Amino acid sequence: MTHLDSLEAESIYVLREAAHHFQKLGMLWSIGKDSCAMLNLVRKAFLGRVPFPLVHIDTSFKPPEMIEFRDRLVREWGLQLIVGRNEPALTAADTFPAGRRTRVECCGLLKTEPLRATLAAQGFDAVIAGIRRDEEGTRAKERFFSPRGVANDWNVKQQPPEFWGQFQTDFGPGTHVRVHPLLHWTELNIWEYIEREGIEVVSLYFAKDGRRHRSLGCWPCTGTFESQATTVPEIVAELRATRLSERAGRAQDAESEGAFEALRASGYM
Amino acid sequence: MPSAPPASAAPLRLVICGSVDHGKSTLVGRLLAETGTLPEGKVESVRAACARRGVDFEWAFLTDALQAERDQNVTIDSAQIVLKAPGRDIVLIDAPGHEEFLRNMITGAATAEAALLLVAADEGWRAQSRRHAFLLGLLGLRRVAVVVTKMDRVDYSAQVFRDLRAEGEVLLGALGLEPFAWVGVSARSGAGVTSAGPEMPWQNATVLATLTACAPGAAAAEAALRFVVQDVYRQDGRRLVAGRVESGRVSAGDAIVLWPFHKDATVASIERWPQPGAQTAGVGESIALTLAEPVFVERGYVLSHPSAPPAVSNQLHASIFWIAPTPLALGAEVRVKLGTQQVAARVASLGRAFDPGREMPEQASAAEVPPNGAAEVVLQLHAPLVFDRHDHIAALGRFVLLLGARIGGGGIVTQAEPAVRLATKSANITESAGSITAAERTRRHGHRGAVVWLTGLSGAGKSTLARGVERELFARGSLVTVLDGDNLRRGLNSDLGFAPADRVENIRRAAEAARLLAEAGCIVLVALISPYRADRAAARRIALEGGCDFAEVFVRAPLAVCEQRDPKQLYRKARAGLIKQFTGIDAPYEEPEDAEIVVRTDEVGVGEATELLVAEIVRRTRA
Ligand SMILES: Nc1nc2c(ncn2[C@@H]2O[C@H](COP(=O)(O)OP(=O)(O)OP(=O)(O)O)[C@@H](O)[C@H]2O)c(=O)[nH]1
Ligand SMILES: [Mg+2]
Repeated sequence: MTHLDSLEAESIYVLREAAHHFQKLGMLWSIGKDSCAMLNLVRKAFLGRVPFPLVHIDTSFKPPEMIEFRDRLVREWGLQLIVGRNEPALTAADTFPAGRRTRVECCGLLKTEPLRATLAAQGFDAVIAGIRRDEEGTRAKERFFSPRGVANDWNVKQQPPEFWGQFQTDFGPGTHVRVHPLLHWTELNIWEYIEREGIEVVSLYFAKDGRRHRSLGCWPCTGTFESQATTVPEIVAELRATRLSERAGRAQDAESEGAFEALRASGYM
Repeated sequence: MPSAPPASAAPLRLVICGSVDHGKSTLVGRLLAETGTLPEGKVESVRAACARRGVDFEWAFLTDALQAERDQNVTIDSAQIVLKAPGRDIVLIDAPGHEEFLRNMITGAATAEAALLLVAADEGWRAQSRRHAFLLGLLGLRRVAVVVTKMDRVDYSAQVFRDLRAEGEVLLGALGLEPFAWVGVSARSGAGVTSAGPEMPWQNATVLATLTACAPGAAAAEAALRFVVQDVYRQDGRRLVAGRVESGRVSAGDAIVLWPFHKDATVASIERWPQPGAQTAGVGESIALTLAEPVFVERGYVLSHPSAPPAVSNQLHASIFWIAPTPLALGAEVRVKLGTQQVAARVASLGRAFDPGREMPEQASAAEVPPNGAAEVVLQLHAPLVFDRHDHIAALGRFVLLLGARIGGGGIVTQAEPAVRLATKSANITESAGSITAAERTRRHGHRGAVVWLTGLSGAGKSTLARGVERELFARGSLVTVLDGDNLRRGLNSDLGFAPADRVENIRRAAEAARLLAEAGCIVLVALISPYRADRAAARRIALEGGCDFAEVFVRAPLAVCEQRDPKQLYRKARAGLIKQFTGIDAPYEEPEDAEIVVRTDEVGVGEATELLVAEIVRRTRA
């Protein structure tokens, strides 16, 4: 088995465990490369089916290419899609930069809050999220099955033990579990997998006029960087050489030390 | 066009462990920085974080990413980060050293293939160093290197290094660990991390060289097939048996056995998406199977080839560690999760419970396992479990213990007898299945069927006890009967003598008869000397394969007492040479080591013994 094969097999195992243990399961789907790779893994795990709805938190600040891509995939594959939005905040323009909110506050309002509301409204007892350890320091300490409290909070100081493929799944009423099948993948692995499997991704990842997106977020907070990579193999080659961090283009991370941890502790992915 | 470079090779997974504050995270930080692994700006952001707190630069902050960790300068949870070492990637798992976070150390270490055990030169070996070392052994991590850290604090003294090494070799040797390297470093100055440096002329080893020398784990040798069923998906009228190949290999066309219920079937196809692909799957693959026969399968089943079966029993002998905040008491009710099986269990015996941070204790048994402690245990399972010995097939030889919904500990299986497949002489046998379920029978009788196997010397009181218990259960309205050895020899077993082969067959028939009755809902008390352990184990398997509960009762009295009682005057005849091969005189009696119930008839009266047994049977057969 190659390394990608083992990563794939582990993710499938985790997805199947999640499908077995939870009554009401959903998958957070950001439309990015990790989400697309994960969708492929789901179909492998369930032999072509996607046996749960996808949840997309729409901040309204996503580039239009992403929404078009999302809607086309939903149509072509007959996926179930649930869209969550914080309408009051959007209507009042209580956001960054228009409403004098900081970037981190804006994330809380447009992502964490509608995520919490959507999970509660749907009664999910677990949601799958495509985070990876190599993205940043607090995710490096995550669990495959990570409990979130009644207020969606992450108690990072009291994570349950998890070993030998055995996961704790029951954390009491009002709580839910975040399932992280991609935890052991790296950004490079994801692109190698996209290449191997021929997975379709949004065109924003490919360089246009010498710049491309590395990580897709809201346009006011996500920058592009200099790149000549216009194909998946070129992206793979570029990542093997780079020392730029994947989230370097994400301005909200840089706002203050611990800001991202605070965001995650309050329910962000 | 240049050909694409090969996809990423599997990284070595390596855990960094050792006592609190011994410099684990600092060493990890140094390694990341000196190998050029860190993204741009990372060191600067740590520098800013340290300045904000008014502390000197801390390499540890590179992995201690949580605010609480940075504020208290302690690692709380294991971090995993990829190190770009020359030639290959290594996943460094930076474990916490603090006792309170031992469960987080285990969570990290359990995924590793190799370990660096750190010990600080100034503090030396601590209780927590021992605990970590013990756990490495239990987790099956044999590739361990020791790093003596903070050498700057002892002026890079070769003597201190040698003394710690000598002490460490003894301590680790006692745990069966033989480190493949010993390195001294100062993560503060950098000496010994990626280059030897002038400070320690007495060594030329470095941590980086030690890591890169640690070859990736050899692929597991072709072992017996174990396919663990996660779920069964129905699709287009087909039943897809989804699961993972935990060991060995499975191919379409293979004859297989479904455990724990001993059902034969054939693999019809291997399924994958988008294409079924090769009709064979090896270790680690998550696939689905279809079976040629319409047999019932569900989550928890284990598939093997007929020639290499796993063990199936309602008893589990294991070494465990316990990480819940409260002790694990003898008699406690827990659940065992092994593979995808989950079975309720009781802690039936606790031997050698201890705190691995301290010297091994002398006493052979204990009343409880302390938090962060370890023990040898026998678990009494309330349903049959499929398993292997941990050093035979690791994936089927380790389990976690659930206390309520929480993972309270884990363990490895130390004993396992492969299930014996009884040969069927006649071909063309099709089992018929009735429509009355066990649950319906239980409702009718008010209790479940069970086999209660009384073993002991002639004259120990098996028949007396069996008859007393039968009368008492009958009076309570139970469906109950006794199969007595002597009586069986008049009918069913009348063609058998006392030669070893006949004794084996005698017990097999008794067990099969007991199973039939128990399947019909009856509580069957079997009173049979059954002197051999292997035969009793076979009887247990026969009952379990029928889905019946089985409990072994050791009716115990010293030979001298039995001989004195001699109700049938058999000992007198045996002593006189009139009977040959009499158990206890010129044929052996192998005492049970793990009987569910022991009744000492030389110490308690018939009334009390009956009461004890009745209470236990009522508990076990409760509807
Ligand atoms: N003088 C000296 N100090 C060191 C060295 N390595 C680490 N330290 C200091 O020892 C303290 C603890 O280091 P850490 O790396 O956080 O220790 P740790 O083993 O990761 O601790 P836990 O993860 O909490 O168990 C810090 O203040 C470090 O600066 C060393 O080589 N020399
Ligand atoms: Mg640390």
